[in-house]
Amino acid sequence: MEKYSAFTLFAHALKHHKNWQPVWRTPSPKKTYDVVIVGGGGHGLATAYYLAKNHSLKNVAVLEKGYLGGGNTARNTTIIRSNYLWDEAACLYEHSMKLWEGLSNELNYNVMFSQRGVLNLGHTLQCMRDIERRVNANRLNGIDSVVLSTKEVQKLVPALDCSSNRRYPILGASWQPRAGIARHDAVAWGYARAADALGVDIIQGCTVEGFMLENGAATGVKTREYGAINAARIGCVVAGNSSVLSSMAGFKLPIESHPLQASVSEPLKPVLDTVVMSNHVHAYISQSDKGELVIGAGIDGYNGYGQRGSYSTIEDTLRAIIEMFPSFSRVRMNRQWGGIVDTTPDACPVISETPVKNLFFNCGWGTGGFKATPGSGHVFSSMLSEGKASMLTKPFSLERFYTGALIDEHGAAGVAHS
Amino acid sequence: MTEINRLDSGGNIDRTQKITFTFNGKSYTGYQGDTVASALLASGVNIVARSFKYRRPRGIMAAGVEEPNAVLQLGKYEATQVPNILATQQEIYEGLTCRSVTGWPSCDVDFGGLIGRFMGKMLPPGFYYKTFMKPAFLWHTYEKYIRKAAGLGRSPKESDADRYDHVHHNIDVLIVGAGPAGLIAATRLSAANVRIMLAEETTEMGGSLLSSQQDINGKDAKVWVKAALKDLQANPDVRLLTRATVNGFHDHNFVTVNERVTDHLAEKAPTGQARQILHKVRCKWIILASGAHERPLVFGNNDVPGCMTASAISTYIHRYGVIPGSRLVLMTNNDNAYHTAIDWYQCGRTVIAVVDTRPNPEGKIVQKVREMGINVFAGKAVIDVRGRNRVTGVVIADIEPSGQAVMGMLTTLDCDTVASSGGWSPVVHLSCHTGCRPKWREDIQAFVPGSHRENILFAGSVNGHYDLANCLQEAVNCADQIILNESLTVQEVLGDFKVESALEEPIMPLFSIPHTKPVMQSPKQFVDFQNDVTVSAIDLAVREGFHSIEHVKRYTVMGFGTDQGKLGNINGMAIVANALDKSIPEVGTTTFRPNYTPVAFGTIVGRYRNQLFDPERYTAMHRWHCDNGALFEDVGQWKRPWYFQAYPGEKMQDALNRECLAVRQSVGIMDASTLGKIDIQGKDAREFLGRVYTNAWAKLAVGKCRYGVMCNEDGMVFDDGVTACLAEQHFLMTTTTGGAAKVLEWLELFHQTEWPELDVYFNSVTDHWATIAINGPNARKLLSELCEGIDLDKDKFKLMDWRQGIVAGVPARVFRISFTGELSFEINVQANYGMHVWKALQVAGKKYKLTPYGTETMHVLRAEKGFIIAGQDTDGSVTPLDLGMDWCLSNKKSFSYIGKRGMARSDCLRKGRKQLVGIQTKSKEVMIPEGSQAVDNPYQPLPLEALGHITSSYFSANLNQSIAMGFIKDGFNRMGDTVYYPQPDGTIITAEICSPVFYDPNGDKQHVE
Amino acid sequence: MFYIRCPYCEEHRDEQEFHRVAEANLVRPSDPDGCSDQEWGEYLYFRKNTRGEYNELWVHSVGCRKFFNIQRNTETYEILNTSPV
Repeated sequence: MEKYSAFTLFAHALKHHKNWQPVWRTPSPKKTYDVVIVGGGGHGLATAYYLAKNHSLKNVAVLEKGYLGGGNTARNTTIIRSNYLWDEAACLYEHSMKLWEGLSNELNYNVMFSQRGVLNLGHTLQCMRDIERRVNANRLNGIDSVVLSTKEVQKLVPALDCSSNRRYPILGASWQPRAGIARHDAVAWGYARAADALGVDIIQGCTVEGFMLENGAATGVKTREYGAINAARIGCVVAGNSSVLSSMAGFKLPIESHPLQASVSEPLKPVLDTVVMSNHVHAYISQSDKGELVIGAGIDGYNGYGQRGSYSTIEDTLRAIIEMFPSFSRVRMNRQWGGIVDTTPDACPVISETPVKNLFFNCGWGTGGFKATPGSGHVFSSMLSEGKASMLTKPFSLERFYTGALIDEHGAAGVAHS
Repeated sequence: MTEINRLDSGGNIDRTQKITFTFNGKSYTGYQGDTVASALLASGVNIVARSFKYRRPRGIMAAGVEEPNAVLQLGKYEATQVPNILATQQEIYEGLTCRSVTGWPSCDVDFGGLIGRFMGKMLPPGFYYKTFMKPAFLWHTYEKYIRKAAGLGRSPKESDADRYDHVHHNIDVLIVGAGPAGLIAATRLSAANVRIMLAEETTEMGGSLLSSQQDINGKDAKVWVKAALKDLQANPDVRLLTRATVNGFHDHNFVTVNERVTDHLAEKAPTGQARQILHKVRCKWIILASGAHERPLVFGNNDVPGCMTASAISTYIHRYGVIPGSRLVLMTNNDNAYHTAIDWYQCGRTVIAVVDTRPNPEGKIVQKVREMGINVFAGKAVIDVRGRNRVTGVVIADIEPSGQAVMGMLTTLDCDTVASSGGWSPVVHLSCHTGCRPKWREDIQAFVPGSHRENILFAGSVNGHYDLANCLQEAVNCADQIILNESLTVQEVLGDFKVESALEEPIMPLFSIPHTKPVMQSPKQFVDFQNDVTVSAIDLAVREGFHSIEHVKRYTVMGFGTDQGKLGNINGMAIVANALDKSIPEVGTTTFRPNYTPVAFGTIVGRYRNQLFDPERYTAMHRWHCDNGALFEDVGQWKRPWYFQAYPGEKMQDALNRECLAVRQSVGIMDASTLGKIDIQGKDAREFLGRVYTNAWAKLAVGKCRYGVMCNEDGMVFDDGVTACLAEQHFLMTTTTGGAAKVLEWLELFHQTEWPELDVYFNSVTDHWATIAINGPNARKLLSELCEGIDLDKDKFKLMDWRQGIVAGVPARVFRISFTGELSFEINVQANYGMHVWKALQVAGKKYKLTPYGTETMHVLRAEKGFIIAGQDTDGSVTPLDLGMDWCLSNKKSFSYIGKRGMARSDCLRKGRKQLVGIQTKSKEVMIPEGSQAVDNPYQPLPLEALGHITSSYFSANLNQSIAMGFIKDGFNRMGDTVYYPQPDGTIITAEICSPVFYDPNGDKQHVE
Repeated sequence: MFYIRCPYCEEHRDEQEFHRVAEANLVRPSDPDGCSDQEWGEYLYFRKNTRGEYNELWVHSVGCRKFFNIQRNTETYEILNTSPV
């Protein structure tokens, strides 16, 4: 892999940038792989990278029906944090956070992880009780959460209207300083480049249309473009299509796919230096390095695979933004879009074996998948390598929907997404 | 500044209204009807911005919303600042103040330009992905400077001084764009008795006809426009909107239209007017007549001020009487742009040459231009531009017919303006918002709208019909199709037209002009001006493996600007296609998303701001609470008294102590009206209750009440409350304040979908009743003074009874239920009597020192008794068993009530679940903050296992100690154990697990004589 | 934004008057206590979540408050039919 640095940049500049190597190969698929990963988003690419890097599995393919990183990786609001309530979830997201912290250098690709902190605002007494509870739980898990007073919040975010005469005044917030944002596309590209360098075949434009099944076990995938591809193990990481894939394998998932919308303003000079989320008034906002205000909302209530939602949801979200930031009223919204999020009943992912042997699913990240990208790939790679769950992933099995051991993270999902 | 480029006549401006405005601190003049752009061009202003990455000087390129450079900050006052307005869209008014958003110290002299010139090579696309990685901790600092360098305008710092409205429309036909196609379609439909809206983005209807020299029906097209508008205005079913941009096409023919009502008048809207209106239109049909944008050709240094699109120049001449230069070189690959040369020539200024990339242009208009004596260089192209702050000349060379290479002698032409035209890109944006992809037409080298499910039709140049006759005919056909489909009767046939067809020769497929040097060494050839994306950047991205157009877009940031690539994206796609050796449709477009042009947040929010962000709900006694020192708590949408200050400045804890003691010692009064109330009737009402509550309801007698817990199908508690049996088939259910709506829907859901055979009816009566709770040993005495028709004797009116009677002269239902553990009555009266009864109780209560109390005191008092609050002591993950409420489960019911199976799942029955217990601090005066987490041994290293959290914690004035409830793993078996609550400040609170009933464990107090 | 015909009101109304409740035709097992944990879990949580034509249960919550089924395409967002439950 060609090393990236200011020095190589300079060296290439002298040669008019004529000699940059392609970031990844464009191979044709082999007949057989040790592991086939279906879905070339951030999670799938990270899985492939860690399989090759940590588990010495190099005969790995990532099959992506579109372009890599083109699903939710390409259309999220890039918030990264680990301040989840329940131990199981907090450990998983904190695992991911630690990987984020070294990711740019690990991948030799600047993913622009910006640890500018995330605020979760409280507007009612119950919000504050929930915040206190979550922060205390975080601290016991070694996660850097604190509760801030209204005054402290105001100091961090001067543009926020912290006065007491709002409809829902800000009573305080939780604050995770290590949290932040990253450049979403770069995460997919960085993992893809590093995985490719370790020998992983990344096949774009390869649509999985079915699984080859023998005696209740999966032996490969059927693709539209390349026919059958054999695999000893198959991992599906296809947010927005999880149920579609599982139905090909003959089982249902505890998942419903909803549109989740986001929008950006025109680029502005720096006005917001941290991420602000509010569960109660229902919106979140940050400012990208390019200057756009990046705004997210709750999901649309219906099932939808259209990568777009209803205008009323955008209206609701902007109302919430103006409730918090009345001074943004004359700022203009440039663009809105939507992704498809796979929601589970407890707002926690499914990382699990399935009723089909050798077929594993990593799905149901709902609205919070981006932040988990490194962690998700890391733990899923060990599931695919070992063929079974680890300590970290065990609580996230499908089994929990039968026993009732759900991990209800709706409150900590930042914005109550259902 | 003198208006050196203002023509002596012409343009649709009001020359009697001279206007003065300020740009970058300097004063300029213009006329009513000018945009900032036209006025600046009239005054000969060249530089309006600095580019994003290389900080190059930039001028105005276009005349409409496709303008990439002239992005300005508008506003004299803080509360009315607007970032990123387009000079080409903003009309001037007296005193308008605007400035450039880039350039330091100014956009004329920008030190950043030096960096751009000498460091530019170090800034290929994605350079930031390859650098700034080491040392990792410095990224934060790098980022700070990157952020500072990025961004355009700035956000206001004060709240918006203006107001915005929403208007809803249900209409038959929305016509987008009032150019020739839109106008004639509206005209034709106006005879068909349908409701029509015609929305035009610019200030004036007429579109291309306003700068055309063609005739319609034998007269100047402008005359035809005037007549058509006059007729349309006379029709009350036709709504004409100007300065109204159709920004979003959403599912099921829902369209958003942003009307800028006052932005052309002043910085702040005149009193009583909304600054902007968001029209939300649901229409049966849409005719999209949104026209096309001319795209420039891409060539070396094509961003030097003075480079413009050809049609923009014509627009400035015809609509504003402004000619933005003296000596023009026009480069084109099509016939249409020749009009600009003619326009320029007719203004009396010099056309140096028309450079036509086609080898043998012989069209009618080419002949005409030649006949005017203008040089037409065929088979040539401009490959480079001279000049830095303004064009001083161009370099031209021969171009191969394939467009793939230039060759031959280089010639330099002196000029100050370069117009270019690479053909037209239909404004297909809206047609793509609901997921349809546009389709490529090779003959016109453009994307036109693809096929649609919806009732949307396309007319005119958006559909590739650039010729006026074809354009009008297609619009007429669209109108006729609607008339036919809807079986409309037409009173008279309108909109017939006669136009001479102007046949043009075909366009040459050409987007980017090659240079004599290789791509990476040629002068910068800009594709996306706002983001400084060049041909070489795209070339590099493709060579690095970014082959999907979405990858190229994201890697180079092409099309990410405020203009969203209106000018440059098609060129960019063509360049990618060329680099990949694919066709343009194979490469495809990126996704078109709303908004077509940016919309102010305020416009989208409308009136739903400040207090109207969410409605506030008040009880019937709200005014009294306000007048008597109440501080309020938000519970759902309700404003509930939190506590009452007896005097201004009374401390919260003092108030609570006072309220709590008053209740336990004499009597307190609370407004409980916000509790949800559902009236349930029907012969199966009782059976229904038995199914949705966990406990038994079969034997509840008339006149009795019962507490019930409601679970989800998963067995987790989601609401609770008291339900009274009003009559054999008539019940009144109460719910939590926040849960009322959810509970009602829950009941209706099961009734309508699972058990429709049950005869039962639900009605929300929350707002119908005012509920007044009087609690305390003197409650009965107080009530007896105002109550008639109820025997209040303790054996006649027992705990959990209710009675109908008269209180303070009005009919009342009185419930003897207690959430405080004291003797308690809840008086329900018709809501509009609420204030009367409340006040009567205040008067009668004087001698008992009747004390009003709020939610916080209620919480303390119920916590003293160990009563839970659903939503505070539960969180959707606890079963009644976890709450120690086995007594509330009836497993004898024949029907498997909702929640029963759920709470019997293996995880719900396992050992070690978190259970709700009382928590008593070792130091009784110390309070544990709510949300604190318990651990067994706080001195272990992290991570520590949390046993459970404190759900409720108060200081009890009655017990003179702190009390708390919380979850503890296996808590019921750990009574008396010590647990620790580590605090964020490092202290540790030691506490003991105990019963949650702290006060009056035998419940004697509620039976007081 | 959807334009939904309420089969009870027999009128088209904006989406905001309604909300989606669940997959249509989920039937509560007649003998919950006889269900295994797995059967009960499937009733509670596991869904078809079809991409394409799908039946959903909606409620006209600020209208007639009736629950009804919508047959719609989850990919194109077309509504094919609405019918009473």
